[in-house]
Formats: sequence, structure tokens, C-alpha cells
Amino acid sequence: MVRGVLFLAGMSVIVVLGGIFAMLFYYGMHAFSDISLSEFFLSTSWNPSAYGEPTYGILSMVVSTLFVSVGAMVIAIPIGVGAAAYISEIAKPAVRETLKPVIEILASIPSVVVGFFGIVFLGPLIADTFGLSSGLNAINGSFLLAFMSLPTIISVSEDAIHSVPEEYKAASMALGATKWYTLVKVILPAASSGIIASIMLGFGRAIGETMTVLMATGNALRMPGNLFDSVRTMTANIAIELGEVPFNTTHYYSLFAVGLMLFLMTMLVNLAAERITQHIGRHKL
Amino acid sequence: MELVAEREKVAEGETVMKIKKPVIKPKPQVVYEFDISNINVFYGEAQILKDINMKIEPRSITALIGPSGCGKSTFLRMLNRMNDTIDGFSFNGTVLHKGSNIYDKKTQVEDLRKKVGMVFQKPNPFPKSIYENVIYGLRLNGVRNKSVLDEAVEKALKQAALWNEVKDDLKKSALALSGGQQQRLCIARTIAVEPEVILMDEPASALDPISTAKIEELVFDLQQKYTFIVVTHNMHQASRISQKTAFFHMGDLIEYGDTETIFTKPSQKLTENYITGRFG
Repeated sequence: MVRGVLFLAGMSVIVVLGGIFAMLFYYGMHAFSDISLSEFFLSTSWNPSAYGEPTYGILSMVVSTLFVSVGAMVIAIPIGVGAAAYISEIAKPAVRETLKPVIEILASIPSVVVGFFGIVFLGPLIADTFGLSSGLNAINGSFLLAFMSLPTIISVSEDAIHSVPEEYKAASMALGATKWYTLVKVILPAASSGIIASIMLGFGRAIGETMTVLMATGNALRMPGNLFDSVRTMTANIAIELGEVPFNTTHYYSLFAVGLMLFLMTMLVNLAAERITQHIGRHKL
Repeated sequence: MELVAEREKVAEGETVMKIKKPVIKPKPQVVYEFDISNINVFYGEAQILKDINMKIEPRSITALIGPSGCGKSTFLRMLNRMNDTIDGFSFNGTVLHKGSNIYDKKTQVEDLRKKVGMVFQKPNPFPKSIYENVIYGLRLNGVRNKSVLDEAVEKALKQAALWNEVKDDLKKSALALSGGQQQRLCIARTIAVEPEVILMDEPASALDPISTAKIEELVFDLQQKYTFIVVTHNMHQASRISQKTAFFHMGDLIEYGDTETIFTKPSQKLTENYITGRFG
């Protein structure tokens, strides 16, 4: 009896995942009866409601998503890994016991609150600092997403760093290495698979995040030239348009296709993470 | 005191010169590898070592024996200051290494550890290749030249009696080696930087008898080059390889002297009881 219930609970995860994928795939594929693959992937013009000749190119949205999320990682990786190393290796127990719950709380801030912060505080700050007319742009989104992926990166990296055996540290110190040298040459490399996993998890989070980027990045539907341009990411586009779109139209299906694309991108990131960690793991053991 | 002695020597030298007698070299003052006086070590309230005095000569093998918890490992780790980071560690007394006080504020602990290497109880190679493990200390000291590193690796692995077993695959992960090989690799890693002293904390306790014999053998072979101080639980090991033996009990240094004497005519009843296996 208990066994059966637990089995169902476990299977439900697979059923839900499979169901979501099947739905995305089924509706998404409908879109391609009207849209050519080359237009969908290579065109930078997304204008499904244009009279006469609607266009369905997602390239600018894909690039926007990458701009914002890669930018977020550039900011979050050094801070996240640094913070993890600090908490695990340097901080005194009292500091550590304070920092860890604070980071957990950070993770629980609703994304709409982060987006709000981006609009009222970070946006104007960026606009003032760089002399822009609007601070709602890719870099704003990057900062917010960095902030949002930090808890993941810090806590997973911290676990990885913390689980590096003391013996390695002792061996390095006994050879006359400083704490800093030991950290860079022994501890971080030994923890690298966990650190990379944490980065990929953070990256996946950044790619998939919707509300914050919807609020803070300006939602301009065009190819971004640099990080100070307003952008509309794939997630934001789905969120904006899906509520308005007439059912069972090409536009409706195309949004599912965007969702499918997003799903594949995050899956790719996760698979890559797994491959990288395995690769490193083999070399280590 | 030292200053006075110095002056007398100079004066003697002058006299000798004047009367043109054949110059008799003054007997060189023995510079001890370690000159340890009045050491007390505490972890918090607990006193781990009590008023220890010991002189250790260079190019010798000293065995530290005694029952578990007697302070011998603490004593060993004091010599390269590996106790420093333990919570509640406190210390008084002096430890001179080649005449300089290693607990002096001016002493760089990193420099000390480059001269006083250590091999741990559990083999602890880094999760890197064999080659990378051996050159770790050299890299740390700024050696970049590939041929110098290659040579050092070969030399260290040969000294550690591991070369023949691994020379064809130096890129292999160190963690793929057997326990005994790993421990010899750790020895190679330690001697690659050519320290003056090698501290060993029960280096063979986790190994099988054949690996143990190999380690003992190589320590014996290397005693011309390094000063070894070895903590061991194994009485036979102590008597086989060491010239001097120190017996610790409950934080006291009960007896310290020539290994032969300690094992045949110990002056303390406690020592005799321990080495004959009546407790411990």
C-alpha cells in the first residue's frame, strides 16, 4: 500500500514532465505548418499580428535571453563562488551561521519584488550612471538575475567546497602553501564539479526567469546591439502575448514553439552540466 | 653567554696563529635540527604536553612512541606548526630549528614548512595526476622550467621508490594508485622540495605489511639526506629504523635516548612496560 503510494508520487514527476513536454511539442509543432524553420530560427523579426504579412522570427528573443542570462552569470559567478569560498573556508563560525540563513532568505524573495526593485531603483540608477534615457534594459535584467541566481550558486558551491577533504588542505599547508594558494590550487579545483553544477543551475534559473525580466528589461522587440539596449526575452514574450492571443491560431502555436525552444535550451544546459561534472569526476577519480 | 663564547674562540684562533702551531679546527658546535625546551601545549584547558625538553640531531631518525593520546602527534605537529589552526591551541616554551625560534613572530610559517615537510597518517595525494602531485611544492616555490620539473619528478619518485611503478604513466590520477603507492607518492611530493626535515605521523599504519616494509626501507635509505621524525605505534618499526626513540606518556616525555638502549635497557619501568606490550 505505502509502496504503491510512494511509487505513484515518484512517477507523477515523470508524468508531469512528460506531459508538459508532450503538450509543448504537440502545439509547438502545429506552428511549423505555417512558419518555415528558417524563418523561425533565423529571422529577427517577430510581428505575428502584422496585417497581411505576419513574421515569426525568434532570433532576437533568443539573443536577448542569452544577453541577459550570460550577463547575469558574468556578474554572479565571481561573487557567488567568492562568497561560497569565504563562507566555507575563511568566515568564522558565527559569521557563517549568520550568512547561510540570510542567503536562504534571499532565495525566497518573490521575483515580482525583484522586478519592482529593478524598475524603481536599479533602472534609474543605471540611467543616471550611464546617461541613458531609460534604465530598463538588458544590463538591468542581468543584475537582477545575478542577484536571483546567487543563492543557488552560493549554497551549491559552498556544499562542494565544504566537502573537499581536510587532508588535501593539510597536505598543501604542510608543503608551505598559504591559505589563499591552497584555496586556488587545491580546494577550488577539487570542488570544481560541484561549482560548475551550481553555475549551470543558476544559469538555468536565469534563462527561465520571467517576471523580473518582463518588468525590468524594457521589452523592446528587436535585435539588441549591446547590454544597454532594451530587450524582450523569450520568457517575457510568452508571458506578454499568451494572454491576448486568439486560440488555435498560428500565433498561438508559435508561442508554444518558443516555449519548446526554451525548454530545449535549459535541458541542454543541464545536460552539459552533467557531462562536464562527469568528465571532471573521471579525471579526479 | 653565546657572545662570550664567541669572543674566546676568536681569541684562541689568534693565539694559535701567533705561535704557528698546526691549526686545530675547533670542534664545530652542534647545531641541532631541533632544540626543544620547556614546551607546554594546551588545547583549551587540557594540557597535552608537559614541560618537554628534547634535542634532535640532523640526519637522524627519531621515533616517537607511546600509547594513543600521549601527545606524540601533537609534539610532531608542533615542529611544523600544523597545530596553529586548531581551536584553543596554546603554547609556551621554545622550539629552535637550526638555532632559530620557529614560534618567533618574525618566522614565516610557510617558510618553516618548506624546510620541515610532513607525511600524514592517511595517504593524501591531491586529486591530480602523479606528476602534478610531485611538482606541487616546486610550483609553489616558483619553479616553472619544464625540464627542471621533469628532472625533479624523476628524482623524487626514484628516492621514494615509486619511479619504476609509475614512470610510464605519470599523467595518471594519483587516486588510482594503491594505498602504499599513494603514501610513497606523498613522500615523493615532500622530498621534491628538498626539505631538511621530514615529519611522519604513523606513515604506515594504514598500509599492508609489504607497503610498510617499502616505506621503512626508503626512510632508512634517505636518512643520509634528511632528518626523520616518525610517530609510530609499531614497536618493531621503531626499533628497526630509528637511532633515537622518545617515549611519551600522558603528555610527559618519559624517556628519550638511543633506540637500542630504550629497547634493551630502559631506565624507566613505564617504558619497559610499554615496549614489552604490558599496556598501550
